[in-house]
Amino acid sequence: MPDATYLYAVARDALPECPAGVADLPVRTISRAGLVAYVSTVPLEQFGEQALRRSLEDMDWLAETARAHHHVVDAVAAATPTAPVRLVTVYDDDAHVRDLLDRRADDFLRVLARVTGRREWGVKAYADPAVGVGPGPRTSGDGNGEPCPGPGGGAGAGRPGTAYLQRRRASLRGREQVRRQVLQRADHIHRALSALAAASYRHRAQDPRLSGRHDWMLLNGAYLVDEGRDAEFAEQAAALGGDGVEIRMTGPWAPYSFTVMEMG
Amino acid sequence: MRDVVAEERLPPERVALVDLLDRLLAGGVVVTGDLVLSIADIDLVRISLRALIASIDEDLEGSAGW
Repeated sequence: MPDATYLYAVARDALPECPAGVADLPVRTISRAGLVAYVSTVPLEQFGEQALRRSLEDMDWLAETARAHHHVVDAVAAATPTAPVRLVTVYDDDAHVRDLLDRRADDFLRVLARVTGRREWGVKAYADPAVGVGPGPRTSGDGNGEPCPGPGGGAGAGRPGTAYLQRRRASLRGREQVRRQVLQRADHIHRALSALAAASYRHRAQDPRLSGRHDWMLLNGAYLVDEGRDAEFAEQAAALGGDGVEIRMTGPWAPYSFTVMEMG
Repeated sequence: MRDVVAEERLPPERVALVDLLDRLLAGGVVVTGDLVLSIADIDLVRISLRALIASIDEDLEGSAGW
């Protein structure tokens, strides 16, 4: 069976050396239109359509391939602004990759300009659904500066009758209340972090069966942060935790979450 | 930094697979047309989650390495 060309990432610069890629195959570059594509030659018997449909169902294969793909993207992104390409993007041959770079050079250059001098950070927030969360500690650099709306408090809290009704309603709708508090808190954290970031994105909450965490993931955020603001961002993330919420930060990542675009 | 675990650039083999898949399956440039297999043709997220969930019990035991 013939070979195909597996595409990992596009950048403006070529690295002198690159780690091995998927299936432990060597990675090389294709230069065109001021851009450099990082690719591997892969056998179609492993990376053809039928083989991929089967392999993608195989957890070990998926994990291994994801890590190998990431390894290459991460190495390139550590050295130069990079647009990662989604997992398992396979072309018939190099000519198709050159054609892509020719046709979409402007799009790639625009994306690369956007991520230059910035890094992606992940911020995940968890809460225990049995305990619920508070509105969160007051933070100085609080995004747009508006106080986080406290749940349950508000207008009529001072009047006894109203307070009774509120308590009663709260107990009847406790679960709904907790849910709303958690959503508010998540929005608050996301807003405050977005204010320090050039761009932000909320991934779907991770399935507890995958994360192995059985508490409530209220936020699975990604933030594109100027390199000079890393420390400030981490500080703010830390300050937004507490009061029932645990914050975990990951990164820096190659800017996977900020190079999402579809191009034919 | 009490509540934050800021993981400095981890070696790729140490990054949690679930965090990685968030990005590899929902992020990055998506190319369509002229491909051996267009990712748009298959529900990759569904497939991979099924694969993950099927193997989750055994693999999560050693989750420190993920």
